[in-house]
This record gives sequence, structure tokens and C-alpha cells, in this order.
Amino acid sequence: MPDAHAEHFPGPLHQPPVASNVDAIQPGVHHEHPVHPKLQHHFDDMEQQVEASTLGMWVFLVTEIMFFGGLFMAYIVYRAAAPEAFQEASHHLSIGWGAFNTAVLIFSSLTMALAVRAAQTGQPARTQVMWLVGTMFLGTVFLGVKVIEYADKFAHHIVPGPYFDKSAWTHPAGVEQFYSLYFIMTGLHALHMIIGIGLMAVIAIMAWRKHFDSTYYTPVEVSGLYWHFVDIVWIFLFPLLYLIGRHYHG
Amino acid sequence: MDAHHVPSLKLYFVVFGILMIGTALTVAVAFFDLGPLNNVVMLTVAIVKAMFVVLYFMHVRWGSRLTWVIAGSGFLWLLIMFSFTLMDYMSRGWLQGTLR
Repeated sequence: MPDAHAEHFPGPLHQPPVASNVDAIQPGVHHEHPVHPKLQHHFDDMEQQVEASTLGMWVFLVTEIMFFGGLFMAYIVYRAAAPEAFQEASHHLSIGWGAFNTAVLIFSSLTMALAVRAAQTGQPARTQVMWLVGTMFLGTVFLGVKVIEYADKFAHHIVPGPYFDKSAWTHPAGVEQFYSLYFIMTGLHALHMIIGIGLMAVIAIMAWRKHFDSTYYTPVEVSGLYWHFVDIVWIFLFPLLYLIGRHYHG
Repeated sequence: MDAHHVPSLKLYFVVFGILMIGTALTVAVAFFDLGPLNNVVMLTVAIVKAMFVVLYFMHVRWGSRLTWVIAGSGFLWLLIMFSFTLMDYMSRGWLQGTLR
């Protein structure tokens, strides 16, 4: 009984296929616009496909906002409990390295935006790869500076734990709390940078193999969203960690 | 609502300039003791910088309404988390018989 299913599952299954997807279902049927090779069969057109991808990335970024948001919440609560200690602790961080890294990340956001634009405007693969590699390079510079900063903290026994030097501070408990937050927040941020650089490597290889042009550049666009998000996290981390203790006089 | 809007190079450089100036401003202000105003200035600058990144570098300026809603919801939920948590922490001890 071939028609038995029709009675149980009426509706979408038996509606005529959408015009632009005719090829996927009935090969050889003629229609006006040829289907873009990068269009997946479950989307109506390229416009809908890029909308869906962008939206999906934004939903992921919202979960990321909440992920980092919990740490910012902890920062607010503990700083409100020990404002003096947080100023004393922040005073030790190098404002020079912090500001330098902020500039590096903003610069990397610019090169990222230009990478997306290069794909968008159909620039040659070499140009797209150049901007992507530039972004990766700046991300690596950022991580290199973080290594210098972290090494300084280990050398001076500022890392929370059994080797934390309590005698060096007026408010040791609060300072240790600050540096716990410092390491987990900048550490999680650095982890996101490492993932971002890996992501850019994949995108750069795809760009090199001429995957992207002005009609299809979604992977560049959504990876760019991720990269800019990581930049935004740093835009808040920098003042909250580095700038609150400049005029502290212990 | 135009997912394929191509922003001009000039616009990108202007946004980059604004972000750099904002960074310089927030660093400069940090060296002056303005009391609680220091926090207000640094957070205002950070929020303005973040908005420029979201609107222009992340293309939300030309995004669909649904993108606006999703992006906005992230910050709305963040605000709810902050305000509800602080409602607890800040009001402790206001009433007799509470823990602190």
C-alpha cells in the first residue's frame, strides 16, 4: 500500500519542492537560476544560508557572553568586598604591556575586518590569505606578551597557591583573590585566542584553495565574528584588571 | 537588512582610529584620581569601544532584525545576571536578622 504514509503524514512531505531546490530533488528539471555550488540543499537560497550561519554564530556568542559574564560577576563581587586590595594588586600589573596588547588586538580586529572585506569584494586568494595571516601574527604577538607577563608573575611569587608571597602585600588575601581572577580571566581569554588562531589557520588554507569569493564567504565572516568577540572581552578586561590601581599609594 | 553590505575602507579606518583614541583616553584618565568617577569613565569608554566593534566590525549595523535581537539579548541577559546578583550582595545587612 504505497499511499498508506500519505494518510499518516500529510503536509510538507507532499508539497511541491521549492523552486530553487528542484535540482536537488528532481535532477535535470530546468529553471532560471543555476544553483550555487556552495548552497546546501536545506536552504532556499544563498541569502537564507548566510543569514542562518550568521545567526547561529551569534547564538554561540551569546553563550560566550554569559560564560565570561560569570567571571565578570565574580570580579564585581570580590572587588566590592576588597576594593583596596584590588587596587594594590592591579598596581603591580604593567600598564605598558596591557595598553600595547590592547592596541595589538584592536589592530588585529582591523586586519580581520579587512580579511572579510577582501573575500567579500572578490580579491585574489593571496590578498585574503595575507590579511588572515596578519591577524594570526597579531594574535601570536598578543600571546607572546602574555607569556612575558605570566613569567613575571611566577618569578615574583604572585601566582595564587602555596608559593604566593603573602609578606609582600598590605592586603594579601584580597591580592591573592585578584590574581586568581586575573589568571582565570586572562587565561580563558588566551585560550580563546589560541582557538581563534587555529580557526584562522583553517580559514587561511580554505582561502588559499580559492574557496571564497564575493558570492560565498560565510566561513570568513563567522570566524571574524568570533575574533571580534574575543577582542571585545579584552576591551573590558584591560581597564578592569590593569587600570584600577594607577594612583594607589600603599 | 543587507547581509552583503560592503563597508568602505575609510569607515573601517575611522572605527579603528576611534578604538585607538578610546584606548589612549582610558589609559590617560587612569592616572588621575577621580574617585568613583574613574570607574564610570573606564566603563563608558569600554562600552563605546565595544559598540563600535559590534556595529561595524561585526556588521550588526547592516544585520537583520533577528541578529539585532539575538545580539541584544546577550547583553540584556548579562545585565539581568549582574543586577539580580547585586540585589543580593548589596542589600545584605539592610534588614535585621539577616546574616550580615
